Formats: sequence, C-alpha cells, structure tokens
Amino acid sequence: MSLGGTTGSAVIEFHLDARSGVSPYLQIIQQVRQALRLGLLSEGDQLPTVKDVVARLAINPNTVLKAYRELEYEGLVAARAGVGTFVTKTLADGSLAAHGPLRAGLQRWISSARQAGLDDDSIEALFATTFRAAIKEEVT
Amino acid sequence: MTVVLETRGLGKRYRRRWALSDCTLAIPAGHVVGLVGPNGAGKTTLLNLAVGLLAPTEGSVEILGGTPASSASQLAKVGFVAQDTPTYAGLTVADHLKLGAHMNPGWDAEVAEARISRLGLDPAQKAGKLSGGQRAQLALTLAIAKRPEVLVLDEPIASLDPLARREFLQTLMEVTAEQELSVVMSSHLVSDLERICDYLIVLVASRVRVSGDVDTLLASHYQLTGPRRDPESLPADWDVISASHTDRQTTLLVRSESPIAEPGMTVDRIGLEDLVLAYMSQATKPARTARHAVEAQR
Repeated sequence: MSLGGTTGSAVIEFHLDARSGVSPYLQIIQQVRQALRLGLLSEGDQLPTVKDVVARLAINPNTVLKAYRELEYEGLVAARAGVGTFVTKTLADGSLAAHGPLRAGLQRWISSARQAGLDDDSIEALFATTFRAAIKEEVT
Repeated sequence: MTVVLETRGLGKRYRRRWALSDCTLAIPAGHVVGLVGPNGAGKTTLLNLAVGLLAPTEGSVEILGGTPASSASQLAKVGFVAQDTPTYAGLTVADHLKLGAHMNPGWDAEVAEARISRLGLDPAQKAGKLSGGQRAQLALTLAIAKRPEVLVLDEPIASLDPLARREFLQTLMEVTAEQELSVVMSSHLVSDLERICDYLIVLVASRVRVSGDVDTLLASHYQLTGPRRDPESLPADWDVISASHTDRQTTLLVRSESPIAEPGMTVDRIGLEDLVLAYMSQATKPARTARHAVEAQR
C-alpha cells in the first residue's frame, strides 16, 4: 500500500455527511468528481494523502484506498508510489466558462422564488421535479 | 489469508454462570474489526480471553496463530487497551512512558513522545489529573508505542464526550494507516463503528449472530416493505433476519447473495446501524455461528 507522506500540498479537503446514507467511500469519489467538474481540481493536483484523510475524518484507511483505486480505475487519478495520488484528467471542459452566467441566472431565479414566498424546501423540491421532468422530455 | 484471532467452541464460566459459551469465530488480518453486542453478550470476556488475561474454561483461542500471552514474543505482538482505558492515577505521563519502555522490548520512544507532544499532554502531569479523553489517548499511546501487530481495544470510547471520541478515533485511524496493524475493537456505538470498521462481528448471548466484511454485509441485505404477507407465502430460500407485520403492511429484512425483486414490494438498501440492530434484536434463533465462522475464514 502506498500511503504517502504528509506533504500538505493537497488542494481539496473531504467532508463526510453521516446522515446522507451514502457510504463514505462513495462520498469521497463523488467529491473528487465534483471538484474536477467545477475546475477545483485539475491535472497534476495532488489528492490528500490517505493518512491525512483518515486523520481528519476518523475513517478506515481501506475506505480511502478503495475510493482512490476506483478513481484510478476510471482514469481520473494515478498513484505514484511513495508520493501520493495525482489528478490525471480534467472533467471541467469548455462548459466551465458558462458556469458564471448560468449561476447568476440561477441566483436571480432563486431570489424571485423567495419573493414569491417559497421556502427553501419548496425551492429545492421545485427545482428537483422540474429538472427530472426536463430530463424525461429530453429522453422521449 | 492470515487470521488474527481464532476461537473454537470457546467458553468461560465464572462459578456457575457462563459469561461466554461455544464461541467460534475467525477474524482475518488487516482489518479494523468492530465487535458489537448488547451489554452482557460476552464481549469483554472474549477480548480478555484473546489477550490471555483469562484462561478458557473450554474450547480454544489463538491470537496471531499462538496461545495468548504464552511467551514474551507473543505478548509483544499484542497491544491491549482494557475497558475504560485504565492508567496509573499516581504516575505522571512521563512515568507511563518510562514504564512502557522498560516493559516492552520493541518500544518506540520516538512515536510515544511525538504522540504525547502532539496531544499537548504535559509529561509532568499525573494521570489521575487528566481528562477522560486525555487518559484514553495516553492509554492508546502506550499500546501503539509497543508496536504491536494487533491492537485489541475494549469499549475505549464509550465514556468519552463526542469531541474526545472523534479525536481518539482520528489517532487510531492515523496509526492504522501508518503501521500495518489489525485492530479489534468492541463498542456499542454503531455510528462510530460505521466510519472506522471494515469488518463486523455481532455477538449476542455469546453467540456470533453475523460476521463479515462490512461492504459485503451491506450489499447482501435488503429491506422489503409491502402489503401484508403471510410469512408462509414468502419464498422458501429467503433468509429472513427480521419480520414485522401490521394489519396492512409487512416489513422484512432479508439476507441474500443475489439481488432480490419481489412483485408488489419495495426493495431498499439498509444502513449498518439498522442491520446490527436487526441481528441484535433477533430472538434466540438457532446459532448461525458455525456457518458464519466458515464464511469468515474464506
């Protein structure tokens, strides 16, 4: 097992939501994928070492190793023995530039939903159902 | 696969009462193993037998392939933190480290001192004046610094506040990542075990109800809910762990190696806590010990 030293040059930190019902191993994978998509992580960046992750989150080292192996299998990262695990691929593509304007549009939508008297739960529910309905339309 | 702890028909009797009887299990090496069960299930007795503090009344127990505490080299391979993480109240933190260095041939003074300073403990402080969390960390430091191959912990965090508990588990997991160490830890705090354990043993009334790799266990249990069913009408090959019925609804926990699809019933995954509770509350069904001991050995 290559656990790497404490280099402290990692770009992101993981967090765990114990109530989510999603296993810790999947949560780590999702957080790496999301960071890649949002451009927080890009090629050459180092993931936190296994030791750092377990010392921070108090989780089993095998959980982290398993998550990193899965990411490696997907071709997103590569382990360098004795050094650590590094990002080898970027998921953020040309669409990243569009994030800003889209976010601004979404923020405007959220504030108009608030003005219309919707609470947080209703806003989330409305977004989720609309999103699902839109996906269905695209498919059919 | 190497086995850290193996028992066969292990039993311990105190006068007329059996604290543990007919316990058969095999724990593979390289895991962080959670030993769960209600109070009085025999967890402490089992762990004391495993480290050689108790001698079996019947059956056999082997740790790392040898008789517990049978020789100095055998003792050096096993680190043990007893229930409520005892220390010597009248001795200082530094005294504890000195004692550890004298009594353990493989003592790693560097590790011990680095841990103590990282924890911010004053070496001149008497252990009796430490907080519960600090005392637990001191006891863990002593067990770690002897560089064992297996670390046995008996309810180390039960009496700690949530912050001290988290800090203790952080230290434990950090050490597990650093040294190639197997850990066997008893606890009834399933939510903590869920984060740190990758192998689970549920012990009820001195019998192993279920044991195995956590991911495998979670992947092979299903919760089914649907309109009320006559228990007789369920497929005969289902291993039903628990079943509850209202007038209209039936809820089942089923163990199955292959995916389950049952018309009219909703199939859900189940969390570790619910899984453990289902086995713990399972009335005295015939022992599943033998079968699962075999599975654990694979």
